[in-house]
Amino acid sequence: MDPAAHTTRLTRRRRFRLSWPALRRLPVLPGFILLLVVVCALFAPLLATETPTFGNLRDAFIPPAWSEGGSAAHLLGTDSLGRDVYSRIIYGARISLIVSLFAIFIAGSIGTSLGLISGYFGGRIDGIIMRLVDIALALPTILMALVLVAVLRPGILTVIIVIGSLSWANYARQIRGEVLSVKERDFVVLARSIGSSPYRIMSRHILPNVFNTVIVLATLQVGAVILLEATLSFLGLGVPPPNPSWGQMVAEGRAFIVVAWWMALFPGLAIMLTVLSMNLMGDWLRDLLDPRLRQI
Amino acid sequence: MRRYILARLMQALVSMLALSLIVFFLARLTGDPRDVLLGDDYSQEQWDKLGELWSLDEPIYIQYAIFIRNALTGNFGDSIFWKEPAVEMLARRIPATVQLTVTAMSISVLIAIPMGVLSAIRRDTWLDYAGKTIAMLGQSVPPFWLGIILIWAFAVTWGLLPTSGRDGPLHYVLPSVTLGWFVVAGIMRITRSAMLDVLDSEYIKLARVKGVPENAVIWNHALRNAAIPVVTFLGLILGNFLTGFVVVETIFSWPGVGLLAIRGIQSNDFAIVQTVVMFGGLLFITINFLVDILYGYLDPRIRYE
Repeated sequence: MDPAAHTTRLTRRRRFRLSWPALRRLPVLPGFILLLVVVCALFAPLLATETPTFGNLRDAFIPPAWSEGGSAAHLLGTDSLGRDVYSRIIYGARISLIVSLFAIFIAGSIGTSLGLISGYFGGRIDGIIMRLVDIALALPTILMALVLVAVLRPGILTVIIVIGSLSWANYARQIRGEVLSVKERDFVVLARSIGSSPYRIMSRHILPNVFNTVIVLATLQVGAVILLEATLSFLGLGVPPPNPSWGQMVAEGRAFIVVAWWMALFPGLAIMLTVLSMNLMGDWLRDLLDPRLRQI
Repeated sequence: MRRYILARLMQALVSMLALSLIVFFLARLTGDPRDVLLGDDYSQEQWDKLGELWSLDEPIYIQYAIFIRNALTGNFGDSIFWKEPAVEMLARRIPATVQLTVTAMSISVLIAIPMGVLSAIRRDTWLDYAGKTIAMLGQSVPPFWLGIILIWAFAVTWGLLPTSGRDGPLHYVLPSVTLGWFVVAGIMRITRSAMLDVLDSEYIKLARVKGVPENAVIWNHALRNAAIPVVTFLGLILGNFLTGFVVVETIFSWPGVGLLAIRGIQSNDFAIVQTVVMFGGLLFITINFLVDILYGYLDPRIRYE
């Protein structure tokens, strides 16, 4: 058989496979909550009862529907500008997911590429990349975020760049370690002996074999990234108003905690439930795909 | 051991150098650094003075050398907004932050370590499950939200504790709890798993066999050996702790370094931002260095490869 075709088949085989026992341990409630968040983000215009960025000042500070003075039109009440809290939370799911997806995509791409190059070529390139990883891990995130925001000015794109450029190092370190063992395996040696280019070997033969790790690292990171986005937005370093970011909604609620507790309470609950569910899902996926990552 | 310390020291210096390069070049990335440093409102005199101070006509590497020289003598320029040296403003705010840290850290450690030990020796009881729940929530409850909810409950609704300022011991309660929240969760988790490992080892069995009282076995023999991962963990979460400061000081209007950084950003005061970032980075890198050295002493198997 043609060795290239054979190795491709071999590399394909170690991919994603779900079995019944694994599926049975799937955390149902967290999975349901995450599904709900995704549905909210995708169908926000259909689910929201009002526009998230526009309010009527005459409707300001209406309490949630079930408490005294509440109105059925505003399920979770209204904020200081008369905007519907429920609708803003629904639209806020979009911001959280968009920011975390893009940021993790950037971090994952940079980190995985550097990890592949570092592990495959070794030598001086490896040394330089690993020192960069050390430095990136040695610099505290919040301080780097402060400098970046001071220079770039707050905005959704800035948040994505900040988070993306600050969290690639873990991928690089972890993937490099995996590559070191994968590159000694027979199919890589074979591919090299028939003259495949380094790029082809890395992308076609090594990457599919370390991809599980990438997926697990990315999933484990989503919760932390959502929390970081919310924190930056809370501090006024993230998504600028009037965009409905959950963190920024909590920040607005802080000023009115005496008169309108619902402004801060509900967006915070949304953050907590999403992050908690994401972490539980991440743990499950890690145990399923790559239990060795348990130490991190 | 000396080789290990030297290698780690080099690494720490390189990290510090990288931080200074990032701060230096980011300010110049968008053109004339004075655009970033002076913000939107400045006089021609300020503009020229800063140009002279930083030798902006010189080539870029000379400018960097001057930046480093100024940084080493503690000169990071004047705050545009408050019109005084940024370093002095920082220095004035350090005590408030340090007092809060010491309080929060002590409370966290005093709560977390006994709880971690208890959930390890009473494995799979309600105590262990309660511990697990707290640890899980610690990673997902946003501290900034927790702080606000605590204010709502204890200050607004029940009127038990003050909301902001630092005039007496009561003012420390809510900020410390907010800051220590995730620390407690983390330390508890680490202590529990470290204790489980240690309790399984030969020397603990030996201690029991020779008749050491159970309490002494747990709190003396086992806990001392379980301390190593806990120390490392404290070093690792330092970055989260810095984030914690900024958040907690913002919520409780605590007059510390974190609040200064946020005020600096809000008023486009880059001198303040770069001062806080350089000092915060220095502190962070130094503590990480010390933790690694301590770790090397505690566990002789650790060597720099």
